[in-house]
Amino acid sequence: MKLRDIAHSRTGDKGNISNISVIAFDSKHYALLCEQVTAARVKAHFAGVVAGDVVRYELPNIAALNFVMSQALGGGVTRSLALDAHGKSLSSALLDLEIELPSETN
Amino acid sequence: MMRTIRIGSGAGYSGDRIEPAVELADKGDVQYLVFECLGERTVALAQQARMKNPESGYDPLLEERMRAVLPLCAAKGIKIVTNMGAANPEAAARRTAEIAKSLGLRGLKIAAVLGDDVLDACKAGDLPIMEFEGTIKQLGNRVLSANAYLGAEPMAEALHGGADIVITGRASDPALFLAPMIHAFGWALDDWNLLGQGTVAGHLLECAGQITGGYFADPGYKDVPDLARLGFPIGEVGEDGSLVVTKVAGSGGAVTARTCKEQLLYEVHDPARYLQPDVTADFSQVRIEEIAGGRVRVSGGRGGQRPDTLKVSVGYVDGYIGEGQISYAGPGALARGRLALEIVRERLQLTHVAASELRFDLIGVDSLHGAKLSARASEPYEVRVRVAGRTENLREAIRIGNEVETLYTNGPAGGGGAVKSARDVVAVASVLLPRDQARPQITFVEA
Repeated sequence: MKLRDIAHSRTGDKGNISNISVIAFDSKHYALLCEQVTAARVKAHFAGVVAGDVVRYELPNIAALNFVMSQALGGGVTRSLALDAHGKSLSSALLDLEIELPSETN
Repeated sequence: MMRTIRIGSGAGYSGDRIEPAVELADKGDVQYLVFECLGERTVALAQQARMKNPESGYDPLLEERMRAVLPLCAAKGIKIVTNMGAANPEAAARRTAEIAKSLGLRGLKIAAVLGDDVLDACKAGDLPIMEFEGTIKQLGNRVLSANAYLGAEPMAEALHGGADIVITGRASDPALFLAPMIHAFGWALDDWNLLGQGTVAGHLLECAGQITGGYFADPGYKDVPDLARLGFPIGEVGEDGSLVVTKVAGSGGAVTARTCKEQLLYEVHDPARYLQPDVTADFSQVRIEEIAGGRVRVSGGRGGQRPDTLKVSVGYVDGYIGEGQISYAGPGALARGRLALEIVRERLQLTHVAASELRFDLIGVDSLHGAKLSARASEPYEVRVRVAGRTENLREAIRIGNEVETLYTNGPAGGGGAVKSARDVVAVASVLLPRDQARPQITFVEA
């Protein structure tokens, strides 16, 4: 199963930092997100795109995670050579992560 | 009974659609209409325009937006708050007064908030740059502008002084919304929890259509009705900070718990410490619930003491970017696109084009997420070659696009639709300035 099946996502930009939210469609999957969508896994997924650290913040009230990725936007929105200088399309890449769904929460 | 105000969000960026704001003024039953139109580097570009013409330097769409909404706003007593002043709020206020008169509107009081221009203070202090190693002095004469993100206080003061329209330059986006709340409810400027919850409201509303279904639709997963007629949001704020987000009934799009959750975290780093000029807002305990059709309640925003410093956007000249693109299609398109990139790469070396950074993309293949994430995709029917590079001067930038264009007659078979461009780059960096070094002032113009 893909992350896209249980969560939605939005990318924001500030300078050379990109943040991606991952929000469970159903709060029952929040624990699964916490367990499987780790900062290390997100950093590995974006290898070659994100040069800096990835920090994860948890928001249990809205069943969401927020990933803050530094050195992620080609030097910053205002000077990047990239086609998508804002990194708006990065959330869609993250939703392609594979998720293993334990049978009891299905 | 608890007092509430309804604030409409009429624009989420400088080029945003015009008619949703007219719809809000006409049918939204709002008392305030806010236009957030000032991007990160827009002030720097506007500053350049002002240096050429002292009466320019404000938002290029100011006239069109004001003409569209002023008659309705004047008739209904809807107050306007906007950062369309960009690098010249006073000229924007004078122009708005002229527009009002030309529309036959009389008696409007227009306030310009000044004081965000802190270039002299920044240069004197030689402040360190946040994004990279260096200081303002090291950028030297490449620095074009320095504008502090002002808070809600001067805007609220302008409203208190009877302004019908408040025009600022650089101000924090949520503060544009916080100002009407402070004005209407008399919130204390150190009631951190109220200011924190008000900042949640402002943050949710500031990107307009991004909370009513824009930047959201994903067919089959997240469907949104009628995006071509997307309605812009209304925040219903109570004097205790309670908030319901909704939109004009019958407009396109949808306000749902999901759209609100995505927007809550948009451009947020640590949700417990969202730094604003007015407050250190805490979004970490926010709750979001759909209470009725198209109405979402947002509660639990809190806050702590405001920072001692203001964030300042520094615009500076950062060389040039040259770019060229050309397309290939049909059988073998991918191989021809790759060959084209190799040819341009070699040509840039052979002809000694001086670029400090180069980028070689195949649009439709790997231009957005790089080679690794794109590796699993099957071969596309068509690809678009894109080469971009950073140079010190315009002449070198132009040579990059030229080397793509010459693929027409010197490159692989069937290359079509070449375009090229070269532009100067105004980049933005940030510094933190002690807040007492920015001194906001208000001037009034009567229409």
